[in-house]
Amino acid sequence: MNAMNHYIKSFLLWELLKGLALTGKYLFARKITVQYPEEKTPQSGRFRGLHALRRYENGEERCIGCKLCEATCPALAITIESDQRDDGSRRTTLYEIDLFKCIYCGFCEEACPVDAIVETREFEYHFEKRGENIMTKDMLLSVGDRQEKQIAFDRTEDAPYR
Amino acid sequence: MIDAALTIWNAIPELLQIVIKIVAVVVPIMLSVAYLTLAERKVIGYIQVRIGPNRVGPRGLLQPIADGLKLAMKEIIIPTNANRFLFVLGPIFTLAPALVAWAVIPFDEGAAIANIDAGLLYILAMTSVGVYGVIIAGWASNSKYAFLGALRSSAQVISYEIAMGFALVVVLMAAGSLNLQDIVLAQKGELGLLDWFWLPLLPMFVVYFISGVAETNRAPFDVAEGESEIVAGFHVEYSGMTFAIFFLAEYANMILISVLTAIMFMGGWLSPFAGTMFEPVLGWIPGFFWLLAKTALLLFLFLWFRATFPRYRYDQIMRLGWKVFIPVTIVWILVVGCLVLGNVPPWFD
Amino acid sequence: METLIFYIFSAILIASALAVITVRNPVHAVLFLVLTFFTCAAIWLMMEAEFLAITLVLVYVGAVMVLFLFVVMMLDINISVLREGFVKNAYVGIPVALIVVFELVAVVGSDRFGLDQVPAPLAHAADYSNTKELGRVLYTEYVYAFELAAVVLVVAIIAAIALTMRRRPDSKYQDPSAQVRVRRNDRLRIVKMAAEKKNKASE
Repeated sequence: MNAMNHYIKSFLLWELLKGLALTGKYLFARKITVQYPEEKTPQSGRFRGLHALRRYENGEERCIGCKLCEATCPALAITIESDQRDDGSRRTTLYEIDLFKCIYCGFCEEACPVDAIVETREFEYHFEKRGENIMTKDMLLSVGDRQEKQIAFDRTEDAPYR
Repeated sequence: MIDAALTIWNAIPELLQIVIKIVAVVVPIMLSVAYLTLAERKVIGYIQVRIGPNRVGPRGLLQPIADGLKLAMKEIIIPTNANRFLFVLGPIFTLAPALVAWAVIPFDEGAAIANIDAGLLYILAMTSVGVYGVIIAGWASNSKYAFLGALRSSAQVISYEIAMGFALVVVLMAAGSLNLQDIVLAQKGELGLLDWFWLPLLPMFVVYFISGVAETNRAPFDVAEGESEIVAGFHVEYSGMTFAIFFLAEYANMILISVLTAIMFMGGWLSPFAGTMFEPVLGWIPGFFWLLAKTALLLFLFLWFRATFPRYRYDQIMRLGWKVFIPVTIVWILVVGCLVLGNVPPWFD
Repeated sequence: METLIFYIFSAILIASALAVITVRNPVHAVLFLVLTFFTCAAIWLMMEAEFLAITLVLVYVGAVMVLFLFVVMMLDINISVLREGFVKNAYVGIPVALIVVFELVAVVGSDRFGLDQVPAPLAHAADYSNTKELGRVLYTEYVYAFELAAVVLVVAIIAAIALTMRRRPDSKYQDPSAQVRVRRNDRLRIVKMAAEKKNKASE
C-alpha cells in the first residue's frame, strides 16, 4: 500500500509540485532588497568602520602613545612611534593604520585606556592610488574632528553596557 | 493600402522575399532571447525575495543591451593549445541549429517560413545536431573541465532525445501528420482548450517538456555546466562574443522548446476559448498572440524550475531518462493507439 | 539552377568524403564525415526524398556520429604510427583500390544508371507525401523484411547489452534506483527527549 502510494505520488510529481508551490508563493512575497545608495540599512552604534583619533574638548589629542592598540592588533596594522613633547608629556610622532591589513575587529578601541582610537560609522571610502590605504595621524585626527559628535553620542549610548 | 503593400511584396524577387521573412523571424527571436535573460534574472530575483536588475534604464529594461555590449567589447581569448578552427566553430554550431529549426514553426495559420510535410522530423533532426556545438567546443578547448562537460552534455542530450522522439511519435499518431500546421489544426474543436492534446497526452506533455529542459541543459539538468564540480563545463575557456553566442543559443533553444510544446500540446495559435461563451468577446485577438502567451507561460516554467529545483546528480539524470521516461512513452504509445483506433471524442473523432 | 546546386553539393560531398580519409586529425575526419552526410541529405532532399534525407540527418548525424566522435575524442590516436605502413603496403593497396573502383563502375556506372536507363524522377504534386508512400510500402509490401530487420536489431541490442553487462565485484558503484526508493523512516529515527534531565531541577 505504501509503495503504491509512493508510486502514485511520484508519477503525479507531487513533491516537485509542492516545491514549485513554495517558490511560487515567494514570487509574490514582499521584496526585502535595499536600494543601497538611495536607501540604507540602519546602523548599530557599535558599527566598526573607518578609524579616527579623538581629541578632548580643549583640543588636546587624547592619544598618550601607550602602544596598547599596536600590541593588541591581530593584523599588525598599526604602527606607532612616540616621543616626549616640550611640556614633558608623551605623545605619538607617528600613528599609522594600514587599512589593507586592518580587519576591523575593534580590539584597538577596546584596548585604548583613554578612548583615543575609535572606529566610526563611516564605511563609504575608497582608494585610488597605492599608499592611500595608509591612514596617517593627521588623517585619523581629521576623521575624529569631523565625526566627534556622532562618536561621542555613540559612546554615551553604549556606556551602560560596558 | 493592403493591396498596395501586396503588389510591392510580389514585385520583390523571391530570394529577397525569403531573406526578408528570415530576418522578420530571427530579429524578434534574438530580441526575445535578450529579454528572456532579463526576465530570468527578474523572475528568479522575485522568487528569492529580491527585485533583480533595475539600474540600467527604467526598471532595468536596458540591462540586456548593456550585457550584450559588455560581452561584445571583451577580448576573445583562444587558449594556446586549443584547436583554433574548431574552437571558433563550436559556438556557431550551437547557435545555428537553434535558429534553423524556426524555419518550420507556424506562427499562425499559413504563417511559416516553410510549411514542409516532414516538419516534425525536421525539428527533431535539427535539434539533434545542436549537440555537436557542445562536443566540438568541449574538445577544441583542450581543457579537462570543458571536455568533461561536453561528454556529460552530449550523453544527456542523446538519451533525452530518445524520450523526446517517442513523445513526438505519440503526437504524430494523435494528429496523423508530421506537418506542424496540421498538428495544430488537429487540435481544433468546439471545446477550446479541452480539445488540445495536452489532456489525452498529458504524460507525453510532461515527458516532452522535461526532456526539453534536459535537452537545453537547463536547471535542474544543467550538469553540463555544473559550476560546483566542473567550473562551467564546456564553455569554461570561452570569453567575450564566443561565450555570448553559447548564451544566446541556450536561450534560443529554450524559446524553441517552449514554442514546440505550445504547438504540439497546447494548440499553437488556437484560442483557448474557441467554441466557448467567451469567444464573441475574445474572438478578435489574433492567433499569434495566443501562441506568444503559451510560449511565455512555458518559458516562465523554465525559469520557475531553475529557481526551485536543485541540480540532479548525473546518474539520476540517466536513470530518469532511460528507466522512467522511455517506458512511460512506450506505454502511452499503446494507450494513444487504442484511443485513436477507438475514435475517442473529442480528440480523435 | 537545380543542376548547378546539385553539382555544388556533389562537389562538396566528394571533397569532404575524400577529406575523411586524408586528413591527419581523426576528429576532423569525423567532422568531415558529418559534412558528407549533410550534403548527401541535401542531395536527397533535391530528389524529393525528404523523409530519407531528414532521417539520415537525424539518425546518422544526430546520434551515430555523435557516439563516433565520442570514441574518437577519447582515444589518443598516434597518427604517425598508423601511417608507417603506407608506402610498404601501397603496392598491394593500390591495385585492390583500382579493382574496387573498376567493379563499382561496372555495376553502378553510367551505362546502367545513366539518365537514359533510369529517367529522372517525375516532379510530384504539392500534396504528395514521400513519408506516407514510404510507410505504405514498408508496412504492406515489405512488411516481412521490415519485421525481420527489426528482430535482427533487437537481437543485436540484447547481445551488445549481454556482452557488456558484467558486475565487477571490486568496483564501487551507487544504485540510484535504490537511493530513490529510500524512505525517511529507513534512515531516520526521531527520539523524543526532555530538554533537561528530570532530576536536575530538584537538586
